[in-house]
Amino acid sequence: MAGQLEKVTLGKSITNGLRKAMEADPKVVLIGEDIGKLGGVFRITEGLQKDFGEDRVIDSPLAESGIVGTAVGMALRGYRPVCEIQFDGFVYPAFDQIVSQVAKMHARALGAVKIPMVIRIPFGGGIGSPEHHSESPEAYFAHTAGLRVVTCSNPEDAHWMIQQAVACDDPVIFFEPKRRYHDRAEYDTTATTAPRGLFEANVLREGTDVTLLGYGPVVKTMLESAAAAEAEGTSIEVIDLRSLSPLPIDTIVASVRKTGRLVVVQEASSFLGMASEISAQVTEQCFYELEAPVIRVAGANIPYPPSRMEEEFLPDLDRILDGVDRALAY
Amino acid sequence: MSDKVVAELQEPTPAVGDGGPDMIQLLTPEGQRVSHPDYDKYVADLTPEDLRSFYRDLVLIRRLDAEGYALQRQGELGLWPSLLGQEAAQVGSGRALRPHDFVFPTYREHGVGFVRGMDPQSSLQLFRGVSQGGWDPQENNFHLYTIVIGAQALHATGYAMGVRMDGNVGTGDPDRDTAVICYFGDGASSQGDVNEAFVYAASFDAPVVFFCQNNQWAISEPVEKQTRIPLFQRARGFGFPGVRVDGNDILATYAVTQHCLDEARNGNGPLLIEAYTYRMGAHTTADDPTKYRVSAEVEEWKFRDPILRLKTLLAHEGMADEAFFVRIDEEADQFAAELREGCVTMETMAGETMWDHVYAEDHPVMEAERAAYLAYKASFEEAN
Ligand SMILES: Cc1ncc(C[n+]2csc(CCOP(=O)(O)OP(=O)(O)O)c2C)c(N)n1
Ligand SMILES: [Mg+2]
Repeated sequence: MAGQLEKVTLGKSITNGLRKAMEADPKVVLIGEDIGKLGGVFRITEGLQKDFGEDRVIDSPLAESGIVGTAVGMALRGYRPVCEIQFDGFVYPAFDQIVSQVAKMHARALGAVKIPMVIRIPFGGGIGSPEHHSESPEAYFAHTAGLRVVTCSNPEDAHWMIQQAVACDDPVIFFEPKRRYHDRAEYDTTATTAPRGLFEANVLREGTDVTLLGYGPVVKTMLESAAAAEAEGTSIEVIDLRSLSPLPIDTIVASVRKTGRLVVVQEASSFLGMASEISAQVTEQCFYELEAPVIRVAGANIPYPPSRMEEEFLPDLDRILDGVDRALAY
Repeated sequence: MSDKVVAELQEPTPAVGDGGPDMIQLLTPEGQRVSHPDYDKYVADLTPEDLRSFYRDLVLIRRLDAEGYALQRQGELGLWPSLLGQEAAQVGSGRALRPHDFVFPTYREHGVGFVRGMDPQSSLQLFRGVSQGGWDPQENNFHLYTIVIGAQALHATGYAMGVRMDGNVGTGDPDRDTAVICYFGDGASSQGDVNEAFVYAASFDAPVVFFCQNNQWAISEPVEKQTRIPLFQRARGFGFPGVRVDGNDILATYAVTQHCLDEARNGNGPLLIEAYTYRMGAHTTADDPTKYRVSAEVEEWKFRDPILRLKTLLAHEGMADEAFFVRIDEEADQFAAELREGCVTMETMAGETMWDHVYAEDHPVMEAERAAYLAYKASFEEAN
C-alpha cells in the first residue's frame, strides 16, 4: 500500500510523534512549563492539552527540579512522563534529579523499578538568543550511566525517535535541534514501523575519502559541506550519529575502516565532549586503518558567546571543510 | 505592612526546647495521658493490646538501632545513622499508615520500614555496602532510602499526583483512597527540592503528607540555622495546613498522622506535620557531636524519652505487667541476635552483577564491559 507522503517540519513531527505516543498508551503524560494552552514556547505540544486534558498535559510550576522530580514519582506510580525543559540552559536546576535520581533508581532497586521517562531539551545555538538559550549540554548527560541520550536532525527521525524514546523502559534525554524546528521534509507519515532503531546511527551519504560525523543541528551543515566538497572532487561519507549514549560505535568504525579519516562535528565546546570520546574509541579500534588523527570541529572552550558573535563560535560549512582539509593533509 | 502583620511577625516564636503551646501532646513525658479536643478521637479505639504492640515496636527498633551502631563499630557496617530518640515519631506515624499508602523515607527511617513489614536486614545492606538500596519498593510500599537531602519530597509529590490522576482520592472507599507520606529532616526544610515539592503538591492538590522530623540538628547545625519560624508554620505560606506534634509522644504522633493521612485521602492534601523530637545520638557513626552541642541539652531530652513514657502509662494503667516488659526485652535480644547473624552472613554479590541493572533494556556497553571484566578475571585462572 502506498504511504502518504507529507511535508512536515521537524517541530510538528515531534508534536505528531507525541500525539501518537499518547494515543497508544494512556499512561503517557507530558509535564513542563507553558506546555498547555500555549503549547510550549516552541509550540511542540500545541493542541495536545486540548485533546488529552490537563491531567495528561500538565502545566508545571516554574521549577525544573520539580518537573523532573515529580516525574520520577509519577514513573514510580506507573506513568510514562515526558518532561519538557524550556531551554538547554535551564536544565541545570534539575541536574541533581536527573543524575542522582533518574539515572540511578533502577540500579539502586536492583531492577525492581523502572523509570521510563523522556526529558526533552531544545538545544544548540544559531537563533540569536540571549545567554542560556543556545547551549549544548549533551556531554554531561552522556557521561552519566543509567541515562540514554539521543538527538534528531530531520523531521522523519524526529517523528519516530520521540515515539521510540517514549516506548523505551529506560530514561532518555531527548535533545531537539531548536534551530532546525522549522526545517521541512517529506516523508510517509502513515508508516507503521520505524526505519531504524532509536540507538542506531544513520549513514546519510556514502563516500570514500573522509568520514564526517555529527548529530543534531550540525547534520544539515555537514550535508552541505559534503556537497561542496564533492564539487572539488572529495568524496565524503556523512553519518548522523543520532544516539550519543549508547554510542553506535560499530557504524562509525566500519566507516572509518573504509575511509581512514574521521572528522567529528559538534556545537558543544571541544574539551571532553562527544567528539573527544569518539576520537578515543576510534583510535582504540582503528589504529592501523587511520590515515590521520581524528579531527574535531567544535565550539570554542568559552561560555556561549553573545548572539552577534555566535557565527564565529558555531561550526559552519567553511570550518567543517577546513577540518576535512586538515584530515586530508596527512 | 499593616500593623497586624508587623505584630504577627514580631510575635515571639515558641521557645525551642519544649515545643511551645502549639505542640499537640496526648502523653506527657511523665507518662500522663492528657486530652486534646481534636485528636482524642484518633486514639479512642486503641486497645491495651494495640498499646502493647506500640511498645514492642519501639523497643525492637531501638534495639535494631543499637545493633546497627555496634555492627558499625565492629566493622560490619560502613556507617550507621542512628534513630535513637526518634522511635515514637517513626512508629507513631508508620502505624497510622494503611497498607496501600506509600512511604518515601530518608536514610534514617529504619523504624518506619520496620512497621511497614520490611525485612530489618534491608536497612543494613545499604550501610554494609552490599547494595545501594536493593529492595523492591512496591513490596511494602516503602521506597528506597534517599540520601540526597530533600530529593524524595519531589518523588513523593509526583507519586501523589499519580494517585490523584488514578482517581484514588476522595472516593470514600477506604480500600482505594490512598495517601503518600514523605519523611525529611529539619535541615532538609531548607532544600530547594522540599520547597518545590510544597509548591507542586499545593498546586496539584496532591494527597501527600510531609512528615518533618525536627530532631533539632542537621549534623552540626541547629534548627535555628534553617528557620526563623517554627517549621510547621512554613506550610501556611504555601497554602496548606501545618501542625506541630510532640514527636516523642507516640499517641499524639499516631493521632496527628491519622488525621493528616485521612485529610490527604479525602482530597484535602497536602499537609505538613512537624514532629518535634531530638536526635539523641550522633548524626551518624562518623560524627562527633561533642564538638558542637552541650551534653546538658541531651540530658534534658532524656526526660522526654519516648519509650519510657509509654512504659509508664502501660504500667500505671495496669495494661502491662512486669512479665510483659521482660518478655519484650527477651524478644529484643533474640531479634538483635538474628539481625547480627543476618548482617555478618550477608553476601556480597559477584563483581559481574554490577552491570546487571544499570539499564532496563539491553545496552551494548554493559554487555561489552561485563564480558571484558569476565575475560580479565578468567585470564588469572588460565595463568594458574
Ligand atoms: C544534598 C545533600 N547535601 C548534603 C548532604 C550531607 N548530609 C547528610 S545528612 C545531612 C543533614 C541532614 O539534616 P536533617 O535534614 O535535619 O536530617 P537528619 O540527619 O537530622 O535526620 C547532611 C548535610 C546530603 N546527604 N545531601
Ligand atoms: Mg535534623
